Amino acid sequence: MTLLSVENLGVAYPTRRGNVQAVTGANLMVEPGQIHGLVGESGAGKSTLGAAIMGLIDAPGGITDGRIHLRDQSIGGLDKAAMQALRGAKISMIFQDPLTALNPLLTVGDQIVETIRQHLDLREDEARGKAIALLDRVGIGDADERIDQYPHQFSGGMRQRVVIALALCSEPDVIIADEPTTALDVSIQAQILDLVRELAREQQVGVILITHDMGVIAEITDVVTVMYRGQVVETGPTAKVLGNPDHDYTRALISAVPPPNRKMHRFELISYGGGLPKVNIDELSGGWTAPLSDGPLIVAQSLTKLFVQKRSLIPSRRRYFTAVDDVSFDIRAGEVFGLVGESGSGKSTIARMIAALYSLDGGSVHFDGEAVDRGSSATMLNSYRRQIQMIFQDPFSSLNPRMRVDAIIAEPLRHLSDLSGDEVTRRVDALLEGVGLGSAAGRRFPHEFSGGQRQRISVARALATRPRFLICDEPTSALDVSVQAQILNILKDLQEQLNLTMLFISHDLPVVRQMCDRVGVLRNGKLVELADTETLFEAPQHAYTKELLRLMPRFRTG
Amino acid sequence: MIGFILRRVVQSFLVLMVVGLVAFAMFRFVGDPVDNMLGQERTQADIERLREQLGLDQNFVVQYWRFLSNALQGDFGISYRQGRPVAEILIERAPATLELAAVSGFLAIAMGIALGVFTAIRRNGLGASTIMAASLIGVSLPTFLIGILLIYLFSVELGWLPSFGRGETVRLGGWTTGFLTQSGLLALILPSITLGLYQMTLIMRLVRSEMMEVLRQDYIRFARARGLPDRVVNFRHALKNTLVPVITVTGLQLGSIIAFAIITETVFQWPGVGLLFINAIAFVDIPVMAAYLMLISVMFVAINLIVDLLYLAIDPRLRTQ
Repeated sequence: MTLLSVENLGVAYPTRRGNVQAVTGANLMVEPGQIHGLVGESGAGKSTLGAAIMGLIDAPGGITDGRIHLRDQSIGGLDKAAMQALRGAKISMIFQDPLTALNPLLTVGDQIVETIRQHLDLREDEARGKAIALLDRVGIGDADERIDQYPHQFSGGMRQRVVIALALCSEPDVIIADEPTTALDVSIQAQILDLVRELAREQQVGVILITHDMGVIAEITDVVTVMYRGQVVETGPTAKVLGNPDHDYTRALISAVPPPNRKMHRFELISYGGGLPKVNIDELSGGWTAPLSDGPLIVAQSLTKLFVQKRSLIPSRRRYFTAVDDVSFDIRAGEVFGLVGESGSGKSTIARMIAALYSLDGGSVHFDGEAVDRGSSATMLNSYRRQIQMIFQDPFSSLNPRMRVDAIIAEPLRHLSDLSGDEVTRRVDALLEGVGLGSAAGRRFPHEFSGGQRQRISVARALATRPRFLICDEPTSALDVSVQAQILNILKDLQEQLNLTMLFISHDLPVVRQMCDRVGVLRNGKLVELADTETLFEAPQHAYTKELLRLMPRFRTG
Repeated sequence: MIGFILRRVVQSFLVLMVVGLVAFAMFRFVGDPVDNMLGQERTQADIERLREQLGLDQNFVVQYWRFLSNALQGDFGISYRQGRPVAEILIERAPATLELAAVSGFLAIAMGIALGVFTAIRRNGLGASTIMAASLIGVSLPTFLIGILLIYLFSVELGWLPSFGRGETVRLGGWTTGFLTQSGLLALILPSITLGLYQMTLIMRLVRSEMMEVLRQDYIRFARARGLPDRVVNFRHALKNTLVPVITVTGLQLGSIIAFAIITETVFQWPGVGLLFINAIAFVDIPVMAAYLMLISVMFVAINLIVDLLYLAIDPRLRTQ
């Protein structure tokens, strides 16, 4: 019997300019014990659909038509009180970010016990016993001790387990998991997905797994529904949809996913529902290319960085945390050098040390034969910074929201070059044309652009001073796959045609495989393996690299 | 934890030393006290005798040290104007101010939090909008004007409440209280509203904006998704998270309720330390001014210490660091 069915559901948000239809005519069926994937890019309406099933659409939005049935009961049009009784009891939810989903001021036990007692008629001590059993069930050791700890005393993966325990409090029939592993490292992601699969099988819970990650979909779901701009475009068994998609959009989506098992020259971009602005390298560079040189452009030797963990007036009582521990590598001119590792492994710290944003606590950085660090003379640092530029992860916070786009791109020119005002304007216009936004975009503000467009602005800003060396710190982690494919293609084109040297930092192994010539693997601040990309992926030497590759969600195409 | 408290106590002590220095400096630089104390028909011998008696012939450091050690024992010298020990005058006056500050502080916090939560939850309701509009009046009208308006309405026109003074008071040991008589309680109403209104609107607006911020957080949505009722979500989960920034501002505001009760006390002729201070300034009664300064700084330092400890009590993340 079908556990949950959604028929022809529509959700709309009224705004000043009329209704915005977030979801239209959506259908969805979930069987007991089934994991149903809901995939799509941002704005596809997948989270809205999940919230509609929970009855958690934020006012003033609401369900405009359609029906939702849980077993035989219609739940679409229930009033507030009835819906609240159902929430948690029959349907629960797992949130994306375990760091923000738990109340920081209450112990884990308080939050679980309160939820259990809300739904089941238990005494305080019985509920506590059940809470301990639940924590134990989701794989938290020493549950009877850890129940009295606060959320900040748990690691990210452990917190997500607590969130799952909370979702299980009332023995629900359906769990809606909204991007449950997006904020986690691959090793933790694998554990959490295993746990979800186990729970679905054992307790015959129907799971709706909302994600943008095709790897996760391929790994764990039985059935998948693809959404695009509020509409379901395709639904069917996972193997069928991913292997032989019927709809053009599904095909476009799949082609944009970087394959982990082979290196491609460029991503095949299938345009769907909107053209792709073309990048014009000649315009972007004005005919300029980075000078070629033999030998390494960057030599990093025994880099070490300590962060103070415990302050004290007495030096011997201070405690430090070694973020980067004796890391050495060099980057040849014209090469893309990748650094991979899980969060906290020191990737970004190394990038900032090379960019002379952090001081070195040990070791040295040489650029084109000259030593650079934070203490170098101002003229030296200026000329160095003209030649290196950074592209950051989050295109939302790395552009100043109060500055116009042309001012953002002109800023490095104003400070690091001696171009006149007219020349700066001409250069900025050419850069904007070059990244495919058009020079008119310069008169607008960052919030008027989408994530992918903003990352194009970041690229234009980084190239303004005509650098030789580009540091890309997770440049596509915050983007949808189709946009990621565009940006990666742009970076690749730039690097090849302008002879740029690149340090490419990512936690996403398939992306690294597509982009990099050589890769270094970091763990806890130490470089554990350094090899050519193909060698590393085909014949990893270090146990940790093997483990990372094994845990990577597999999604094979072609 | 204990280290933290000790550190804060040492810091507080340093602050008090500095304030003590400022208070003491007033004796030296705001006119000559001997001129003030002796009348027109003084002789040089009178002046010498008084200087010696007051210890003014000693050097600066010795005088400062004596001032501090006396202050520590509660001895702030003798009022130039009243010729009585300052400590005695302060003890006599302090209960009036402290009772007024306590009542208006309580009103401000209780009403401020309650109205703030209400306006945050019923964001678009008519009641909430009305309260928000009315709160602008509380923020923008100066204290003395509110006091005068209240006196005009409730004392002059309606004749319900007294317009000045503390009413009848009862002595309990060294403490005179207005809480135990009807006229004492009635007399408290207008001044405490006047004094607390600004703080109340401030706390209310702060609680409202913090609460609206907290209500958008994931853990609130997750709490709702677990089926917890609104009451639990709003008061157990949301309100507690709202309190940390609210406590900071409230702590500082409570300090200023005591310190700046001067205006309210003047309008209502309330026999507290604020009124005492105003009169002291008029007569350049430096021992009283110095003692008042010390008293206020002790209160501020104590309130800040309490605020820091409250942080620790509320937020477990601070306890582990």
